[in-house]
Amino acid sequence: MLKILKYSFYDLMRSRWSYVYFLFYLLLGVVLLFLNNDLSKAVITLMNVIIILVPLIGTIFGVMYYYNSREFTELLLAQPVKRSSIFLGQYFGVATSLALSLVIGLGMPFVFYGIFNSNAIWDFSLLLITGAFLTFIFTALAFVIALSNENKIKGFGYAILLWLFMAVIYDGLFLMSLLYFEDYPLDKFSLVATMLNPVDLSRVLILLKLDISALLGYTGAVFQQFFGTNFGLILSFVMLVFWVVIPTFFIWRIAKRKDF
Amino acid sequence: MKNKFYILFLLIGFLSVTNLWSKTITVCATCPVKSINEAILQAEEGDTVLVKKGIYKEANIKIEKGITLIGENMPTIDGEEKGEIITIGADNVTLDGFKIINVGLSYTTDYASVRVVNSSGFTIQNLELEKLFFGIYLQKASNGKVLNNKVRGEAVTEFNSGNAVHLWYCKNVEVRGNDVQNVRDGIYLEFSDNITIKDNLSKNNVRYGLHFMFSNNNFVINNIFETNGAGIALMFSKFMDVENNIIQKNWGTAAYGLLLKEVNDAHIKNNLFFENTVGITVEGSNRLEYANNDFTSNGYAIKVKGACYENRVIDNNFLYNSFDISYNGRINDNKFNNNYWSNYTGYDLDKNGIGDVAYRPVKLFSYIVNRTPETIILMRSLFIDIIDFSEKVSPVFTPDDLMDENPRMKQINHDRN
Amino acid sequence: MIEIKDLHKKFGKNEVLKGIDLSIKEGGIFSILGPNGSGKTTLIKAILGMVLPDSGEIFINEKSLKNNFKYREKIDYLPQIANFPGNLKVNELIDMIKDLRASEATKDEELIELFKLQPFLNKRLVNLSGGTKQKVNLVLTFMFDSPLIILDEPTSGLDPISHLRLKNLIFAEKEKGKTILVTSHILSFVEEIADEIVFLLEGKIYFKGSIPELKSKTEQPDFEHAIASILSASYA
Repeated sequence: MLKILKYSFYDLMRSRWSYVYFLFYLLLGVVLLFLNNDLSKAVITLMNVIIILVPLIGTIFGVMYYYNSREFTELLLAQPVKRSSIFLGQYFGVATSLALSLVIGLGMPFVFYGIFNSNAIWDFSLLLITGAFLTFIFTALAFVIALSNENKIKGFGYAILLWLFMAVIYDGLFLMSLLYFEDYPLDKFSLVATMLNPVDLSRVLILLKLDISALLGYTGAVFQQFFGTNFGLILSFVMLVFWVVIPTFFIWRIAKRKDF
Repeated sequence: MKNKFYILFLLIGFLSVTNLWSKTITVCATCPVKSINEAILQAEEGDTVLVKKGIYKEANIKIEKGITLIGENMPTIDGEEKGEIITIGADNVTLDGFKIINVGLSYTTDYASVRVVNSSGFTIQNLELEKLFFGIYLQKASNGKVLNNKVRGEAVTEFNSGNAVHLWYCKNVEVRGNDVQNVRDGIYLEFSDNITIKDNLSKNNVRYGLHFMFSNNNFVINNIFETNGAGIALMFSKFMDVENNIIQKNWGTAAYGLLLKEVNDAHIKNNLFFENTVGITVEGSNRLEYANNDFTSNGYAIKVKGACYENRVIDNNFLYNSFDISYNGRINDNKFNNNYWSNYTGYDLDKNGIGDVAYRPVKLFSYIVNRTPETIILMRSLFIDIIDFSEKVSPVFTPDDLMDENPRMKQINHDRN
Repeated sequence: MIEIKDLHKKFGKNEVLKGIDLSIKEGGIFSILGPNGSGKTTLIKAILGMVLPDSGEIFINEKSLKNNFKYREKIDYLPQIANFPGNLKVNELIDMIKDLRASEATKDEELIELFKLQPFLNKRLVNLSGGTKQKVNLVLTFMFDSPLIILDEPTSGLDPISHLRLKNLIFAEKEKGKTILVTSHILSFVEEIADEIVFLLEGKIYFKGSIPELKSKTEQPDFEHAIASILSASYA
């Protein structure tokens, strides 16, 4: 698997898209920091970008990469290599290169700005870690979608739909159910609902840093434990890991049973 | 410093007391006078009792004449939990430089380390109070000073702890330079007027850093209130000045930096509110002026709970708060002007430093969170941003006239010492 | 060499292989023929393990293919459409396949020489023409020395000289006693090289044997007509 990963990664690291992605983040970081000159504000804007854009790019890139490398995949399939290694290798190759573009692209301007001498370093590192997680999660989901759909157009459609659902629609439904059932104790429900959507999960993880003062204003005991202690942070990270592992498991399973 | 006061008081004694030649009585383990109580018994109006370093196991020390009680090198008075330790019942008493420990705990009587009853002209300074119930309890006292005392309680709950500096029916008292930690309320005022509270540090207290009830015309200046149950609670009071304070890190479900309940005609100026769950909670308070404050990284900068009229919020910085203003209901009679809002996204085409579009500090989401608190978990979600935006364009739930017509483009640099 | 027993495969409702029994002996060139949709590619892919059969089993050298990927070390496969990761260079691709197979005894340099690929070695694959890509594809296939070679439409996109070289290459491999499976639409090419053909029709083996046998069975003078007569008979 590592060999496949290596070659996919090489391939992507030379592709135009990696550069576009990288430059986009570089530019974003520079604009946010040097035009605005306000680190705290930059971190907040960055959070919106990471939570919305990273999943979108991960999804589209994952689907695109899969469909574009179909023939090559078939060549690999005829080689004495395990099937799961091929797909997992490709997946990790794509996800790693995307995550690196993100981390380096955003990291560089912040390092030059002097993030290491700033209190925002933790918020910022958390942002990058979450961004990397989201890349891995959504690329994996994209691979699952692409593996299950021979039809390219359908695959793209489902991928965009998935993103739209996770980024916007889910929260809409979430909010409506909270308002509809407002007479019941809802803190457990809302935590579970958060855990079930990686976008929400990452958002809450960042909120734990950015908006902890507001979050602690809520009275429920479950929220208190979640937000007030390290429990929330640890649980969120564990869930993010699950969100990477489970789709990856599906890649493995679908790849094993699929005909090419 | 100690000597200065000493001389000053000698002078006061010299001028006001009939006995022109006041004497000094020294107390120590090897001296002829071995206990403080005995020395006080011997002393006359205007005398000085000088207590040398050592541990004095005495309680119920009653000072009924205008004397100066001074500790040399911080002698300790150990009350052995027998009740109140020092009670001052005469005018012109000075108490200076003692460590006072082990006040008795009772649920029927509020025992204090030092109590001043019906007196004026007192000075209580340089004390260190530990193992206390109430610290310095001023009861119907006036024209006195409480200076540079250090209070360290061990309070865990509100119910079995007392306040560090407690004023009840007092007038013209200066509370300055005290460091009060881990008690119920750091400084407590009830029915007390013309009190100046300055340069104090009030930290880690279970309930409030500073608590006012029915007290008017007071000054709260240059204090630091940090990680208390809540920073300052002002209730049922008027004509206050709260200036140049730092109020920070008051976190929790009912925590806020400053509570204003039924407070009228107060000035809240030049304060820093940093990382509080709520910067200011206001309820039923009118004609207040909030100017030149910094609200930084609070959950809510200002939470208006209702019945607040003719308040003015001017020239403040609102920086990175989760919510700038939260409002109950749709009626607004308060004025917001010339503030800097870090959440402002407008533009300034005429380059006059003032944004060309008004800023609406109340978000629909804060309204939703007020109604269903669990929704807080959706903060900063794209969906919430979308509905906030639509509410901004055409307000339905939030007061449509609540806006800052002249939002600043740049943060204001407030001078703060 | 290859034993296929009662192989069935459906794609959705479409039954592509309807019970194939086939045994291919070691040595010689076998051509799998059949109209579009007859199941040629599916059969080859089943042998390569890319398509998993619904029922039936395949043995290569008496070993079942189930849960086995190592056997592919013994197979050189030329896929029909060759599309490689565009950002790799030709020599990197060759190194990569070598790396993946971890097998020795390669003849890559010889083959590069044969197809005159030296000028392209440092170019990215995305910049190559279809024919050049096919040559790279051929190099990748023939550079190993495996006993079984499977070629899916090997002639597509080749110029006449390369075509000739390919033919020679196939004969040379046959001389070494290898088994070679070929599918092709170019009947003249098949006729020239194939020792035995397998004709698939609607998911079943319609005919297996040598070209002369086919001619005599269909009573046609030449190969093309023989094939045509099978097709017209089946569609009549």
